[in-house]
Amino acid sequence: MAIFQLDINNQKMEVDCAPDMPLLWCLRDELVMTGTKYGCGKALCGACTVHVDGEPVRSCSLPISSIENKKITTIEGVGMKTLHPVQKAWIEADVPQCGFCQSGQIMSAIALLNKTPNPTDDEIDAAMSGNICRCGTYVRIRKAIKSVAKNNL
Amino acid sequence: MENKDTKTSLFKLSRRDFVRLGAIGTSGLLLGVPIACSGEKHEMLLGKADAILAPNLFVSLSGTGEVTIFAHRSEMGTGIRTSLPLIIADEMEADWNKVKLVQAQGDAKYGDQNTDGSYSVRMFYQPMRIAGATIKTLLLQAAAEEWMVDVSECKAENHEVIHSSGKKFGFGYLAERASKLPIPEAANLMLKSPEDFKFITKKTSIYDLEDIVTGKAVYGLDVNIPEAKIAVIKRNPEAGAGIIDFDSKDALNIEGVSKIYQMEAGGFPLEFDKPVGGIVIIAKNTWTAIKARDAVKVNWKKGVNSNYSTNDFLAEMSQTAQKKGKAKRTQGNINEALKNADKIVKSDYLVPHFAHSPMETPCAVAHYKSDGSCEVWGPVQSPQWVRGAIAGALELPEEKVTVNVTLIGSAFGRKSKPDFMVEAALISKEINGPVKLLWTREDDIQHDFYHSICAQHLEIGIDQSNKVNSWLHRSIFPPIGGTTSVSEKEASIGELCMGVLDMPYEIENISCETNEAKTQIRIGWVRSVANINHGFAIGSILDEVAITRGVDPIENALELLGSDRNIDFDSLVDGFSNYNEKVEEFPCNTSRLRKVIETVKEKSNWGKTMPKGQGMGFAAHRSFLSYVACVVEVEVNDKKEIKIPMVHYVVDCGTAVNPDRIKAQFEGGASFGASLALKSEITVKNGAVEQENFNNYLVARITDAPYNTEVHIIESDEKPTGVGEPPIPPFIPALCNAIFQATGQRIRQLPIKLV
Ligand code: FES
Ligand code: FES
Repeated sequence: MAIFQLDINNQKMEVDCAPDMPLLWCLRDELVMTGTKYGCGKALCGACTVHVDGEPVRSCSLPISSIENKKITTIEGVGMKTLHPVQKAWIEADVPQCGFCQSGQIMSAIALLNKTPNPTDDEIDAAMSGNICRCGTYVRIRKAIKSVAKNNL
Repeated sequence: MENKDTKTSLFKLSRRDFVRLGAIGTSGLLLGVPIACSGEKHEMLLGKADAILAPNLFVSLSGTGEVTIFAHRSEMGTGIRTSLPLIIADEMEADWNKVKLVQAQGDAKYGDQNTDGSYSVRMFYQPMRIAGATIKTLLLQAAAEEWMVDVSECKAENHEVIHSSGKKFGFGYLAERASKLPIPEAANLMLKSPEDFKFITKKTSIYDLEDIVTGKAVYGLDVNIPEAKIAVIKRNPEAGAGIIDFDSKDALNIEGVSKIYQMEAGGFPLEFDKPVGGIVIIAKNTWTAIKARDAVKVNWKKGVNSNYSTNDFLAEMSQTAQKKGKAKRTQGNINEALKNADKIVKSDYLVPHFAHSPMETPCAVAHYKSDGSCEVWGPVQSPQWVRGAIAGALELPEEKVTVNVTLIGSAFGRKSKPDFMVEAALISKEINGPVKLLWTREDDIQHDFYHSICAQHLEIGIDQSNKVNSWLHRSIFPPIGGTTSVSEKEASIGELCMGVLDMPYEIENISCETNEAKTQIRIGWVRSVANINHGFAIGSILDEVAITRGVDPIENALELLGSDRNIDFDSLVDGFSNYNEKVEEFPCNTSRLRKVIETVKEKSNWGKTMPKGQGMGFAAHRSFLSYVACVVEVEVNDKKEIKIPMVHYVVDCGTAVNPDRIKAQFEGGASFGASLALKSEITVKNGAVEQENFNNYLVARITDAPYNTEVHIIESDEKPTGVGEPPIPPFIPALCNAIFQATGQRIRQLPIKLV
């Protein structure tokens, strides 16, 4: 066990946990931030996607010891005051079915659009293919991403 | 599969079914029960202390006009938590923005809560309308009395009652007075006519939309019970088999591990509502529990299914399918007809086991309390079954068990089984405190209730005049019933009525057969169940028949449908099962099937010329009482990679209560079908599942799923029917037929492998 200083959603936080604990379980169990989901634990499904210094990463496979002094953003940290444009687009297109994968989908989409405001289909595929949606909301995910892109033009 | 001994008819309220809303005290308010129930007292408050009008269990109104609607079916992504309440809101003329939803706990008083089998809207459409119309009628009556006018001069609109003179009262203002009125008889209520619907047949976004996109929505493990320990279970790779011994020394040395113990395995056959069992690891957080699980060493016992290997079994079932089976539907003389046929189209179709792999793995929160009660929270499709199962496992009366239903991170049938909830309750009792049980993805994929593996053999005879005159269909698969009973040795009639026995084509000589196949692993129902196999086989062979006859596949299907008629399946099949509905009430109507086929032909621009390497395929299938036709467009490149640029669906599901959610079910259904057709396969060797996670149990990603799915809903005033499952059965054969057109390769085994 060790104390780690974390910067999550622009807040300084301190946790006392095993150094190899993945960020996912630190968020969920220690900090009671449950917006980030468990889907596979092996970086295969994207349900646990968060941003580390703006990059989308799978928090289930990211030991806490590797992220001190890095800026973490979770689904709770986007659109805190008003909804993020990607969240708005998700609502506009009625993307979610069960919704369980959507925190991860939205985090991946935000990261994509930050870097590539106008992604092609191939770029969307590349950025989003790590995120499984068992309900199959893919058509609307693509549509929502494109609608944000259009507003970026 | 459907537990429906409760009836949905409204019944007259008797005195003892009334309970007072305690918080209201003197308002004289009575709370009734609209759905048949046991008649015991229902002391549960309506969740709102200020509710003053609550004429039934589903809806209440406060003095400020806030409407609370109880959602009593489970939300797993179909939108049902929104779609049933909006029916109430529509009939009552409520403002949807003033409606608050409360998820009902598991309790028999709500009637059927088993959210499974695509029947929620079908079963509750009418009761929900009556619940809404009841409260509206009371409000109209109250306003009329207050104004001292005839009630016929009043109408309800947008949360107000308006008099013909223009004066109006808000609903909230009328609540108190309305609560003193006698509850009207259901038979005397006026229901809205379809052209006046405000929400029904229009689009309504799901209630939880904003919570979902902001990460606030609460699924199973998001329930926060401070002090809850975390549990994971190490399980015998062979379902139901036991434990010789185990060594937990190293695991117990890990800081934060508090207990490791053995939970008895259920044996085989087993019960849907008994634990899988194994070695239970209790720790202070999930990561520690997972690490400790890896450190536990176990000697597993071999069980009765340790020789089960799907490769061998599939070969064995294929053999069985070549031989005459037990006929369950016979018309004419199949042997004669096939003997005299000019041509016979013969084909075999193989389907593997599939896992549900819902996005959220099974999980549960349980708190066994010192007063001998137990409260659980979890993503469950069937909360009443959970309640009964936990009461049984803990030897408690049902009243001591409270089942709270969270949002479900998808289920596809998996979470209708209470096994994981019972495990959590037992663990909580064992450790004397609250616990969260996580099934890791490995647990989920290796210990599912799988879709049944299946071999089919079909022979379709064509006579000298190029007409189809004979239909032989043998479907061999281990039954779901075999999971819980050794005496279930062959597919049940219910399972065969998912495609085989309810085959709608008008053909003179028919034999539909099955035979024994032993269930050797947990088998359950996966989205559309046996329709997956049968839709695949029938939709595929019809394409072969069309090509053999030199007829366009859609024309072929339309011709085989024959005359427009309601098919009298009751006289054709002993014990025919029509998704638990009477054939008279929900007949198989060939003109409705014809209509969806004709419409998909037009909408898909069927027959357009496709460039090289591309193809279009068609199939149609009735399931869960809905009629669906599907055209898939496919693109296969030189590397044999398959892309699905477009899917066209036409569906007739009767009254389309929430069309956007119906479309979403079909978009998602096509993606689910793409997983089954292109990616997924569970194989078993020596009793153990060989796949473990999404690295080798593959599912459709954004790159595999259809790029576009167009859904056309036939306008209809008929009773609403299922939409969650019906998208799957026609999609898979339509895709396979498209691949044939694009490549010339016939697909007769799933998942598709191109050579
Ligand atoms: S839970 Fe992290 S990628 Fe699946
Ligand atoms: S919305 Fe259910 S898994 Fe994506």
